[in-house]
Amino acid sequence: MSASNASVSHIPSKLVADAAMKSLQRHKLIDQLFVILGMTILFASLLTLAVLFLDLVRDGAPRFGWDFFTNFPSRNAQRAGILSAWVGTCLVMLATVCVAMPVGVAAAVYLEEYAPKNIFTAIIEINVTNLAGVPSIIYGLLALGLFVYKLELGQSIASAGLTLALLILPIVIVASREAIRAVPRNIREAAYALGATRWEVTAHHVVPYSSGGILTGLIIGLSRAIGETAPIITIGALAFIAFLPTPPIGSEFPYLSFTWLSDPFTVMPIQMFNWVSRPDTAFQVNAAAAGAVLLVMTLAMNGIAIYVRYRFRKKINW
Amino acid sequence: MATESDSLTQSPSAAKHAAPLVSVPKNDTRTVRALQIKALVENLNFYYGEKAALKNINMPIADKQVTALIGPSGCGKSTFLRCFNRMHDLQADTRYEGSITLQPDNINLIGKGVDPIEVRMRIGMVFQKPNPFPKSIFENVAYGLRLHGLNNRIQLAEQVEQALRGAALWDEVKDRLQESALALSGGQMQRLCIARALATKPEILLFDEPTSALDPIATAKIEELISTLRDQVTVLIVTHNMQQAARVSDYTAFMYLGELVEFDEATKIFTNPSKKATEDYITGRYG
Repeated sequence: MSASNASVSHIPSKLVADAAMKSLQRHKLIDQLFVILGMTILFASLLTLAVLFLDLVRDGAPRFGWDFFTNFPSRNAQRAGILSAWVGTCLVMLATVCVAMPVGVAAAVYLEEYAPKNIFTAIIEINVTNLAGVPSIIYGLLALGLFVYKLELGQSIASAGLTLALLILPIVIVASREAIRAVPRNIREAAYALGATRWEVTAHHVVPYSSGGILTGLIIGLSRAIGETAPIITIGALAFIAFLPTPPIGSEFPYLSFTWLSDPFTVMPIQMFNWVSRPDTAFQVNAAAAGAVLLVMTLAMNGIAIYVRYRFRKKINW
Repeated sequence: MATESDSLTQSPSAAKHAAPLVSVPKNDTRTVRALQIKALVENLNFYYGEKAALKNINMPIADKQVTALIGPSGCGKSTFLRCFNRMHDLQADTRYEGSITLQPDNINLIGKGVDPIEVRMRIGMVFQKPNPFPKSIFENVAYGLRLHGLNNRIQLAEQVEQALRGAALWDEVKDRLQESALALSGGQMQRLCIARALATKPEILLFDEPTSALDPIATAKIEELISTLRDQVTVLIVTHNMQQAARVSDYTAFMYLGELVEFDEATKIFTNPSKKATEDYITGRYG
């Protein structure tokens, strides 16, 4: 070291002084410790989820099969299936999307593009964020009073859809606002400079370019809604249903039917809850199988959200 | 009106300096034409809230000529430029005073009863950073035309081609009009933005430091383009590059701290400015 020092004397042997070196080494150590801590936490939480999922799959394994998806619930655990539950879940989700998407996007567009910056808007903004923290059973009670009794929608898919839409609205609004805010200002200016009105800028540019983020937020919201049990129980979903709602698409004119909206229903988490609370242990297997299916549905939705985001990021990079 | 024309065509006063302060290309093809005024700025004040950003600006904008606005950062040149197409209306708490009268219609662009949307349909703008829409090249240029209510496919295609030719981009993109505009290079994007602004045949085209995000070759192309645009449209360009102002402009306005210090023919400003502040700025003493 000293020999090479002598030959190239203008290069100092150390880049920094001793005291600084010591402090630097300490900082590097903290750096590494934090990486280890972060990795440990990540692995622990991922492992928990994996174990939970594998446990459900193992317990429910005997019940996986075509029959499980095509059979109605039954008093006989071996013959009981989740047909009415998954169809119910799908239809409730459909109703939820139909309400949450237009209302959520409209609210986000209004807050980002139209609303003047004043106290009134600030109060709305704080409230939207706070709504995300309201316990879901409160939404259930609200829905029971408002949708089920006041609006006389009854214990129907429409009631459930509206309730869950309310529940995920804050998530959709917050995600949509983030996505809308990510559209660069100079893109808006480009459109305005050509003589576009605010509505044209919103409809032709802002919403299309942010639709990736909006869709992601919506799907994340739905994956929360799909597992919600409390508000659905509160509005009185039935736990035992041995028939399907009216199909939304008919074979006769006008082909589309909306009577399914007023049909009684059950959903996956309720079916699962019902089976778990039975004394007969044979039903525990069913519950585990239903749980695994529910988890797959949720993970699939999150997977779609990630894919959608990836596709849009690839297409539009500012 | 006559007096304004007179002041514009006034011959420069006796030269103080033998050599130009900033080199003006030789064989300059710019010829001073019989002057017509496209817009007249009178007593223009502009406020962000209580803060006055522009103070009592008076100047004519010559028709089918290039007028450059120069000055140090924060002097209000971009603010001034954005008054012409009312971009400030997008922000809350901004206020105009005075008038910018568009000729020959004699309309006050910043008048209370004048719709900013209509103003922007007649006055185009090209921004500092190329900002094409993340759509196809064709749709980018066609967008302004569509806003003007043109939906006929054949006419759209014709006018898009015309605009792209006008922006010297047609030969580079004619085979890939349906590809995304984001696949173009920075210089091509900026020429696409010029084509987009040209498509609707604006009367005035505003350039807000159009080459500051581009490399020298792309910059040269844009400058050449701006010189050729002179034949069809009135150009107003903000630049912090004095060489650029000297190269492309017929008239130059020097602004400082929200005020118009000096306005004159470019050759005069760059060879023999009448104000000390102008001379200091263009010789690089501050800014």
